[in-house]
Amino acid sequence: MSTKRSIYQILFEAKSIDDVAPVPKTLTYIILGFWTFVCLFPLYWLIVTSFKIPIQVHDGPMYFPGIDFKPSMHAWYYIFVDLGNDTLRPYFNTIIVSISSSIIAVVIGSMAGYALTRITYQPKLGSVLMFIGTLVLTVISVVWLGLAWPIALASGLALYVVMLTTVGRRFKKSLHNNDIAFFMISQRILPPVAVVIPIYVLFQRIGLLDTHAALIITYTAVNLPIVVWLMRDFFESIPMDLEESAALDGASRYRVFFTIILPLSKPGLAATFLLVLILCWNEYLIALFLSTANAQTLPLLVAAMNATRGPQWWYMAVVIIIMITPVIAITIVLQRFITRGLLIGAVKG
Amino acid sequence: MKKRLAAFSEWADMRAPAVFILPAIMVILMLAIFPLIVSLYLSLSRFKFIKGGFSLKFIGLLNYKKLLVGSQQFHFLGVFGKLTVLEIGILILAAVLLIVWLVRYFRSGRLSIIGVLGRLILTTGVLALTWLILLTINQNGYPGTLVVTIFYVVFGVLIQFLIGLGLALLCAQRIPGRNFFRLVFFFPLMVTPVGIAYTFRMLVDTTIGPFTPIWEFFGWGAIPWVTIPWAARWVILLGDTWQWTPFMFIVLLAALENQPRDQVEAAIVDGASGWQIFRDITWPAIIPVCVTLILIRLIEAFKIIDLPNVLTNGGPGIASESLTLHSFMAWRTLDLGGSAAVAYMLLFISVFFAMSFVNFASHRLKDA
Repeated sequence: MSTKRSIYQILFEAKSIDDVAPVPKTLTYIILGFWTFVCLFPLYWLIVTSFKIPIQVHDGPMYFPGIDFKPSMHAWYYIFVDLGNDTLRPYFNTIIVSISSSIIAVVIGSMAGYALTRITYQPKLGSVLMFIGTLVLTVISVVWLGLAWPIALASGLALYVVMLTTVGRRFKKSLHNNDIAFFMISQRILPPVAVVIPIYVLFQRIGLLDTHAALIITYTAVNLPIVVWLMRDFFESIPMDLEESAALDGASRYRVFFTIILPLSKPGLAATFLLVLILCWNEYLIALFLSTANAQTLPLLVAAMNATRGPQWWYMAVVIIIMITPVIAITIVLQRFITRGLLIGAVKG
Repeated sequence: MKKRLAAFSEWADMRAPAVFILPAIMVILMLAIFPLIVSLYLSLSRFKFIKGGFSLKFIGLLNYKKLLVGSQQFHFLGVFGKLTVLEIGILILAAVLLIVWLVRYFRSGRLSIIGVLGRLILTTGVLALTWLILLTINQNGYPGTLVVTIFYVVFGVLIQFLIGLGLALLCAQRIPGRNFFRLVFFFPLMVTPVGIAYTFRMLVDTTIGPFTPIWEFFGWGAIPWVTIPWAARWVILLGDTWQWTPFMFIVLLAALENQPRDQVEAAIVDGASGWQIFRDITWPAIIPVCVTLILIRLIEAFKIIDLPNVLTNGGPGIASESLTLHSFMAWRTLDLGGSAAVAYMLLFISVFFAMSFVNFASHRLKDA
């Protein structure tokens, strides 16, 4: 065995198993470098554009502030000082809506996720079907037969109870936890546009249109399936012995959940929370339907920058930058957590 | 008093199973199932604003009829061209393949009602879609929102998966600086789609965009991309790919890093080539992750609206409109019934695609 390596070997064959040979390594860096450019260039262009005055945008591309054009703060000044409250309001709206709906979704969703891993549910298939049946009947009687809804609701409820106590006992087949989990997760396949119109009418009827509450409630519902899915996977990985000994000592389920399980699952909760927060932060379609002026969120503000005088690129760039800065900052600091949120579902599921 | 409190806490503990799960069930029932039923009813009726409210008139399947054969056909399905010989050939080939597949199933002897029904629906669906796509993307035809959405979904998911997999394979090597790449490649996922839409509109602009010198060098300087139908669709796909490749990348990278290293090392020692290692060791190990990943992305991809709405406003004409945007446009013209019908068609299509994919993938998984 000769220890001398030919040029080919030096260039193309790795010295050890953990090493990468020079030529493949260079190629790898070229490709990865190219993709880094692809990822960063649009962001760079946004920043550059935000410092341009209109004529510098329209006179064709200028790339380097200070070298081929003189940077100006006019767009930043306009957005923060001239518009002032019109920028800040959507900003606060977005913060309030995304944080509160993420918290609610994580609380409700992790309770359900926990219950689905630790408690055995066996609802009778018959009772579920009858519930759906009476619900449909109630809706039909309100919409078609013009029954007043309190009467329809009460009679539907009564009918359901009567049927449950008589016919309901005959059904033997029951659903299991996995069916319930599948039911919840499968909600994710619903296109939001298929449910948002009735929700719009509903909120209009009860006067919640264009309020924070409407957006918070809807976002909670939309993101709940993700939370249930991720947290269920997470809870499954926590060993049961702790809870069992706590239960033997007489702790109630609530106590076990809030004082033992939740503290143990902080990483999973953080990951899920961040993921849902970012989804809410960027959400566009539902906000488009449910908010106009008062509860306007940032994506709408960005979309509205396409004014009658044509796109105001410089203002738009500023708004997009102030919108993505917090999210990018969160990513840089907490990237591990967010990645984890993406992974719990995909890698284990 | 104390006794009563104890009784209450005992009662509460008894009810714990319901307390834990009911909030989630109620939220989903109220804001997903109930609106879904109402939407179904809306899609079967004509909605009108009258003084002091609105009126609903039940009109059966008219809204769907309008989309499939009526006045909105051009919008939803597209304008039909004439099939060329080549396209008829492709159609016949697809039909033959599907029938062979069906016959093989019938002769396998493991028949079940659901299996037969599912396969029949799948075959009809695939054939109808192939026929529709061939009819509308040929010269005289014009694809409607259905075909455009399928284009976004299929090509988007495919391209994003391939780029993501390639980058993940490169990044899984033991090279310095991979944490940096991992962080930077993550950014696009965090940017709001509306922002991406405007940014890309700026980037592809041929007079003010940063790549203008390149366009001018090739003599394309005066061509506004977003006025050519296919160019507009590809630009939207470009934005979508920029945003979603990171998702594929991150998950696939984790899957690659999870696979046991000793097998790969043994293969290297035995002198296996890089391709052999990928085909025989890495790929089988990451297939389950790939299936889940593609399924998640497939489901989400059907909901695309932000990019077409902001980047091209669905245009030129309706060239780059997705189904969700179609539904939104109908809603804006107060055609609530039509809007709900489009939304329901979208639901059917995405369920059809997801089910077909799951079926296809589970057979693959069993074979592997």
